[in-house]
Amino acid sequence: MTGDAPPLTLVDLAPGQMLPELVHEVTPTTIVQGAAAAHVWRPMHHDKDYAVHRQGVRDVFMDTQTQGNWLERFVTDWAGPTARLGRLGIAMRNPVFPGDRMAIDGSVRDVETDDTGCGWVVLDLTIRVGTTVCTEAHAKVALPVDATDNPWTRRGEAWQP
Amino acid sequence: MTDVPADVLARVGVSCHREQSVLPVERGAITTFVSASHNGNPVYWDAAVAEQVTRGAVAPATMLSVWFQPLPWVPGRTEEAVPLRLHFELKARFEYPEAIVSDNVATYHEPVRPGDVLTSEQRLVSVSEEKSTRLGTGRFWVIDVEYRNQRDELVAVERWTSFGYEVDAA
Repeated sequence: MTGDAPPLTLVDLAPGQMLPELVHEVTPTTIVQGAAAAHVWRPMHHDKDYAVHRQGVRDVFMDTQTQGNWLERFVTDWAGPTARLGRLGIAMRNPVFPGDRMAIDGSVRDVETDDTGCGWVVLDLTIRVGTTVCTEAHAKVALPVDATDNPWTRRGEAWQP
Repeated sequence: MTDVPADVLARVGVSCHREQSVLPVERGAITTFVSASHNGNPVYWDAAVAEQVTRGAVAPATMLSVWFQPLPWVPGRTEEAVPLRLHFELKARFEYPEAIVSDNVATYHEPVRPGDVLTSEQRLVSVSEEKSTRLGTGRFWVIDVEYRNQRDELVAVERWTSFGYEVDAA
């Protein structure tokens, strides 16, 4: 939802709703561009010889920061630019390698409005390759409670992520 | 009675390693970052949308640690620079050959914007007693990293849970 469609508001959501799946064919460039953009210079993210011979894995693999980058994109693709990330938890389980077909899925766990009137959606997110869960994540994202609201205007005590 | 050494317990709750970001927050790095995930969110590509929605340009929240990643080389540095230095100090203190990050949770407060200069501080939250897992024998430790901008506004808190360990003999 990065075009002209109106952004999601809290009333559009209910627990159990699924987010549209995002699929990306991972290449060496995906891994290396992600690591370079994140300024992650550990060799297992750009040097295949190091990854294979020192780390014992089959290839270079995606770093945590780059996974966060993809997850944040996944959330705002769905919710639109007015969505504001309040919290993100990431637990890596298995590596993502070049040649993998990376699929990101998500579902709505909870929808709530806090004491300040800020609307929140809690999401369960997963990065998979085939049937293998590579990363489990959860996000708490502020969304407009109606068409006039914008979470980005919240500051100080009015922002309780 | 805990088996955590007194010198380690004394570090719990104490802020350390106050650091200023390696790089200034700037648009070129933001564009490179969102390009890496093919992120077409217009707040990163269209200044008018950014002004309307986010009240000016912002960096992606997940880009936070990028500003603190040590460069592979800078003039005059003689020792290896590592991110999350407290983590490596604990690994060395316990003489664990291995350590992995098992979990990372970030809570985001004030948005990060081009021109910001950020500082971070690390704080040990807890260290477990030694225990055996499928990886080996070792300890879990939890570290908070608090980030503030040049106005001393809280930008984010990252909580890192790690496990330092030695592989058990077969």
